[in-house]
Amino acid sequence: MQTSAALIGDIPASRKALGRGLIIAASLGLAAVLVWQILFVSGNVEEGFDTWRPVLYAYLAWAVVLGVSQVIIRGEAGQRALFVLPAVLFTISMVIFPTAFGIYIAFTDWNLSSFEGRQFNGLDNLRALFEDSYYWNSLGNMAFYVAMVLVEYAIAFGLALLLNAEIRARRFFRVVFLLPFMLSPVAISWMVGKSLMEYRFGPAANLARFLGWEKPAFFTEPWIAKISIEVMDAWMYIPFMMILLLAGLQAMPRDVSEAARVDGANGWQTFWKITFPLMLPVSVTAIVLRIIFKLKLADIIINVTAGGPGGATDSVTSFIYREYRDRSNVGYGTMLAEFYLVIIIIFMLTLLRFVSRWLRKLD
Amino acid sequence: MKVHDYNALMRRQASRRSVLKGTAMGAAAFGATSAGLAKFSKPSFAQSDLRAEILKIPGVGMGSPTDADWQKVGELCLGPTKETVQEGEFAGVELTFMGLNNQNLHNLLFRGFLKPWETYTGARITWIDLAQADYNPRLQQSIATGTVDFDIIEMGAPFEGDVCGKGLASEMPDWVKTLIDMDDYVGYLQAPVGTWDGKTYRISVDGDCHTFNYRTDYFESEELAEAWAAEGHEGPWEPPTTWQKVQEVTKFLAGKTDPFGMEAYGYLDAPKPWGGFGFYFLASRATAYAKHPDDPAWLFDLDMKPRINNPAWVRAIQDVVDALPYQPADQLNADPNTTAFQQFLAGTGALCTWWGDVGSAANTSDGSVIGDVVGFSILPGSDDVYNSKTGQWETLPSGPNFAPNMAYLGWGVYVMARVDSDSRKHKAAWSAAAHIGGKDISLWTSAYPSGFQPYRNSHFNVEEWTQAGYDEAYISDYLNSQAESYNHPNAAIEPRIPGIFQYYSVAEDELTRIFSGQVDAQTGADNIAAAWEKLTDQIGRERQIELYRASLGL
Repeated sequence: MQTSAALIGDIPASRKALGRGLIIAASLGLAAVLVWQILFVSGNVEEGFDTWRPVLYAYLAWAVVLGVSQVIIRGEAGQRALFVLPAVLFTISMVIFPTAFGIYIAFTDWNLSSFEGRQFNGLDNLRALFEDSYYWNSLGNMAFYVAMVLVEYAIAFGLALLLNAEIRARRFFRVVFLLPFMLSPVAISWMVGKSLMEYRFGPAANLARFLGWEKPAFFTEPWIAKISIEVMDAWMYIPFMMILLLAGLQAMPRDVSEAARVDGANGWQTFWKITFPLMLPVSVTAIVLRIIFKLKLADIIINVTAGGPGGATDSVTSFIYREYRDRSNVGYGTMLAEFYLVIIIIFMLTLLRFVSRWLRKLD
Repeated sequence: MKVHDYNALMRRQASRRSVLKGTAMGAAAFGATSAGLAKFSKPSFAQSDLRAEILKIPGVGMGSPTDADWQKVGELCLGPTKETVQEGEFAGVELTFMGLNNQNLHNLLFRGFLKPWETYTGARITWIDLAQADYNPRLQQSIATGTVDFDIIEMGAPFEGDVCGKGLASEMPDWVKTLIDMDDYVGYLQAPVGTWDGKTYRISVDGDCHTFNYRTDYFESEELAEAWAAEGHEGPWEPPTTWQKVQEVTKFLAGKTDPFGMEAYGYLDAPKPWGGFGFYFLASRATAYAKHPDDPAWLFDLDMKPRINNPAWVRAIQDVVDALPYQPADQLNADPNTTAFQQFLAGTGALCTWWGDVGSAANTSDGSVIGDVVGFSILPGSDDVYNSKTGQWETLPSGPNFAPNMAYLGWGVYVMARVDSDSRKHKAAWSAAAHIGGKDISLWTSAYPSGFQPYRNSHFNVEEWTQAGYDEAYISDYLNSQAESYNHPNAAIEPRIPGIFQYYSVAEDELTRIFSGQVDAQTGADNIAAAWEKLTDQIGRERQIELYRASLGL
């Protein structure tokens, strides 16, 4: 079998030069179209395109030429590169470029109604962010919502143990318990938040009255409202954690727990000494994934409370949604989102490192 | 006509006797109603054959009109087009029309109306249909990114600042003004609405205003009347006509039993944010305090200094704070949709503010239990009004100050400036817009499900409606509920400045803090004012002031 190097070595220099020439020509073409359009948009030249679409076409043409040139220059190795190249270019186009462009937008004053259009405003958005009590309030709320993941985990673990036990209609319950996870957050907002928990006729409100809560308003007192939102979100996502944990429990070797039982361990000891430690890797995965979902919490809040009362239930995402959708404040809204992304990355990296060390220590 | 209004009228006609029965107040109101509408009716009105003919398509009570009906109406109303355009004159002209597809109406009707127009003129129209929620972002993005890709747009007047104020709309030619008979518009839709810097841009196809809805059975209750007198309240037990009385009634009713045997409540506030639209409901409480008859401004000074923290607005905000403890326990989480459709129509509360459709929805909504015990009037007034120029509260010699809130100002059709460079396209676009905003076609859209309410004086001619098959008593009642607000001399006209919903949305966030007790009314109002000042700076203060003044016709 010939190696890639050997294959490349067989390709004539003239062919390689042609390939390189094509890349250079396509790159120059793309750069020329891009620079010309920038000059046109910035008012430095009079002729240009009405939209940025030609630049997109130039980019697509450049991408095609780049692929073809790989084959011309590298032969079979180039053909193999074609399997990866589209994915790389797609990632650059759809992930890396928007993120980088988003960072630029975050440093601009861009209100869609503004007469001046987009203006670079340095660190103004960042300064505004630090003074924005609504943003910090929503971050504080997120700390509460994220902390509640541990409670959700405990419930999910309990349910997983139950469904892993030899109970009647186990399969039926496994499907039923998964149903909330299959519902959309908007549906849950209306079915639970606006119907079951409705003050006048909601069954949950009536039950609360029956239990002695005279005025069962779930969304008017800040802490009750926050807990009500958490309950709805938990109801939807606990099945997700439960199914991960159930899979872990089913994959766990039975002989270990049976051996413990033979050695005289009771159920509680078996759980704490055997099941829980063995389940830690799955648990960490479930918790981390759940936190990632939790950090995006918005739909239920937008639909049920709009962040109220007085911002008590606001999440960062629901606040950013208002900043974007209702206020067309693109520059500042993007800064909020980018800053939140940085916080999430730092938080998740710290959490993973901490968990990793903890697990190593346990080993 | 809004779909629910149409359905309501159909249903109300069927049961009009039962509705009238036992509603002495309704009868009295009808007397007043007829008198109110008389000013719009021409005593010796000779209904034109055309208007009578289109009102029979498909016929009142004959089910919802179809595309074939819309096309038939469009064809019958082609007269003005034929007066101004030669057959085939626009052959080869391509136009793009952007509008809504709410309830399968709006653009869908326009398509039918314009089909015969396309056939006659030779022009072709491409349609951009948008859901309501997508409308504002789509429009703002088009404006901000310079990608206006439509020639004609269906648009609400509050967006005029964003479009007309930025020179994106085409000025209406004089021949169009004549063609559509703009003088026929109700008072508040006359200039300055639809105009910028003295230039006219809008063809109105709709009208909007907030009205006051009340439960007649509450105010006919002898038990409540006795309790009212026993507690020493001034005046008879009757629907309140001032906000001072609204507060008094709201506090009085708390803890009592309503005519259904449930907990009684008075006015229903809507404190929960609603994408900016919730602010309209505070505004409806505030206009009687803040809109002085001698001053066209009520939300901002002429230099865009916010009035939201002046004594009038703070009083309105404080009224909400004071009233909330007397309202249902979950009121803090109630948006306007909740107050109207889950509370008022479901039998909770005696008083509620909304656009002109709650009263009629009372008879059609499956969730409504109040049926025939609803009455409506213009928004309550105030015993005194704040004069921003003197900084004093004034009691007017004429009595309480009334200032109906013209919330949203209705839909209109606008032609974009991008057609101005092509004379054929320009004429074609305005011809198309004039066709769907024509006087006769608008009578049909007022009478049948279309998404639009009556907005011309000629729409209030009861005779035309009765000849079309409507019951006189009920159509009079329906029309009068809107006519009095539309033509009120002290109507509060919404500022048509760019980003107006951004101002409302920012205010909603702060208001929810006030209503939940985190800050007091004055501090919260000061915070809103500060945020509005910041927003004005961000959008562009000088230009914003110019546009605001222009929107007031100054």
